[in-house]
Amino acid sequence: MEKFTTHTGLVVPLDRSNVDTDAIIPKQFLKSIKRAGFGPNAFDEWRYLDHGEPGMDNGKRIKNPDFVLNQPRYQGASVLLARSNFGCGSSREHAPWALQDFGFRAILGESFADIFFNNCFKNGLLPIVLAKGEMDELFRLTEKTPGFELMVDLPAQMVVRPDGHKIPFAVDAFRKECLLNGWDDIGLTLRHAEKIRSFEAQRRAAQPWLFA
Amino acid sequence: MAKTLYEKLWDNHVVHTEPDGTALLYIDRHLVHEVTSPQAFEGLKLAGRKPWRVSSIVATADHNTPTDHWEQGIQDPVSRQQVETLDANMQEVGALAYFPFKDKRQGIVHVIGPEQGATLPGMTVVCGDSHTSTHGAFGCLAHGIGTSEVEHVLATQCLLQKKSKTMLVRMDGKVGAGVTAKDLVLALIGKIGTAGGNGYAIEFGGSAIRALSMEGRMTVCNMAIEAGARVGFVAVDETTIDYLKGRAFAPTGETWDKAVAYWRTLVSDADAVFDTVIELDAAEIAPQVTWGTSPEMVVSIEASVPAPEDFSDPVKREGVMRALEYMGLTPRTPINQIAIDKVFIGSCTNSRIEDLRAAAAVAKGRHIAPNVKLALVVPGSGLVKLQAESEGLDKIFLAAGFEWRQPGCSMCLAMNDDRLSPGERCASTSNRNFEGRQGNGGRTHLVSPAMAAAAAISGRFADVRELPI
Ligand code: SF4
Repeated sequence: MEKFTTHTGLVVPLDRSNVDTDAIIPKQFLKSIKRAGFGPNAFDEWRYLDHGEPGMDNGKRIKNPDFVLNQPRYQGASVLLARSNFGCGSSREHAPWALQDFGFRAILGESFADIFFNNCFKNGLLPIVLAKGEMDELFRLTEKTPGFELMVDLPAQMVVRPDGHKIPFAVDAFRKECLLNGWDDIGLTLRHAEKIRSFEAQRRAAQPWLFA
Repeated sequence: MAKTLYEKLWDNHVVHTEPDGTALLYIDRHLVHEVTSPQAFEGLKLAGRKPWRVSSIVATADHNTPTDHWEQGIQDPVSRQQVETLDANMQEVGALAYFPFKDKRQGIVHVIGPEQGATLPGMTVVCGDSHTSTHGAFGCLAHGIGTSEVEHVLATQCLLQKKSKTMLVRMDGKVGAGVTAKDLVLALIGKIGTAGGNGYAIEFGGSAIRALSMEGRMTVCNMAIEAGARVGFVAVDETTIDYLKGRAFAPTGETWDKAVAYWRTLVSDADAVFDTVIELDAAEIAPQVTWGTSPEMVVSIEASVPAPEDFSDPVKREGVMRALEYMGLTPRTPINQIAIDKVFIGSCTNSRIEDLRAAAAVAKGRHIAPNVKLALVVPGSGLVKLQAESEGLDKIFLAAGFEWRQPGCSMCLAMNDDRLSPGERCASTSNRNFEGRQGNGGRTHLVSPAMAAAAAISGRFADVRELPI
């Protein structure tokens, strides 16, 4: 997994709540058996005016000029502003894969759906929950300031605005450590292999029907 | 100390806890399907790891499979590759059970787990699919997970989780005729919103839940995820135990007795304390219809489409305006005036035998309206299909102008050929009405199976309570 320590990047505002994973990456792209290459189809139905299918040359498709990600001033953005319940719906990890492949490293929002939130951490993409008041202010600043950037400082757990204003955020200690070090969860868990094995043995004895 | 059922299930599976509370939970059952598993199996192989316990795996192909012309195989080459990848992975790795495309026990992963008795009370169940919450109906801790987690569970038999807060949703009262489990859960989501359950494990209780069959409880738990919860479940009772008796992977003989004795303890203690309690009067709930692009945008069949000015929060108002535009609806239109183009009866929410019986009871002796272009009935599994056919339900549907298909996810997510065209309006028994969910530009209204059948017959949404059965 890619490490995350600090990141400074251009901010793009996606001002809607309940953005679901079907919208982040539509189902027709889920037929791929790979992890990479979903970026060009992130938000496909909002981003393009035609209907996208796997295998199309996305460079030739007509983009929807009204969609915020297509606006010239937000090209190259790597920090996404979201509203509430971002990433709801399907558990598809293709959603964080697509966002990351598109170039995002951090998503700031009022709230996230559970599974999506989890999936982000497994892929070096940092979801940050901020209070509505702070988000309102960030949306306002992003929209009125061309080239608005934010710095995300994971070790200090701060989002830093260009004017120096710092917004603290919470993150689980364990997840933070994994992100900072780029650790692979499986490797970490397997350090407890003995514990898992003895737990399993006890369980097998107590509830044999689970091991039929 | 008194414990909620969630705490009992949790404590029973903790292998290890990190200082910040992140726990390793042991996983008893791992359900696998073709869409979210290929990258996990590949990752496992690349790292040179072996699956920890293949006897925990039950797998099937459901999301991509066609629902007709099975003799022609899977025509779409990309879908076929995904299904063949699952075949190959299962051949290489093995499983407790694998029901491949065309097997008579194949079906939607959340329908076949319980049907086979592979979902048992007290288990932790995971699947790379958000509607894994369905299995909570059996007093299970059932988590939908992402592909990295699928790989993690394959490699370690454990899932990393932090303990959720607990919520009790108590539904008391006797539901009216024509009101189903689907209406109960839609009404709940309308009340608490799609983020209402964020961070919570929801236990569904109260007399209205106790009165539900296992099929009905699965419908309710299935949509716990639409309420934003991490898991949803129902305590074990006689209904649970009766359902499981004699199922293929359920224990037998002395082991059965021992298991049942344990299962009966899987209830919240009488004096257990929940972080939040929500109460709903089930007797007051009418059949529900969603009008927008989020399951929380729901009203009763007697109501009208709302107007943006009904909402004070500006972000919500904006969302309502966008939804009305996408759905092609005018504020204040009575729900029963909305005409439909297609009907879909199926999905892991509502494709079990009880659902098909309820829809058939409405369709019997009637015919779909001339403006309805397609009315699909897609059983949840091969065994549900056989059961329905043995009861003659297929004949009722066919005589009424419905199509009777092979099992699978079908138009719930429209990965195969079953889908809406842009602008088409559908009465659907599935669980998500997101933009484009059932096909690019398609408009989905979520309803119960009986309400879907009533809409098919009437050509518009209709109150099933007004159709004599
Ligand atoms: S029926 Fe729909 S919700 Fe259920 S598993 Fe299939 S695609 Fe997912």
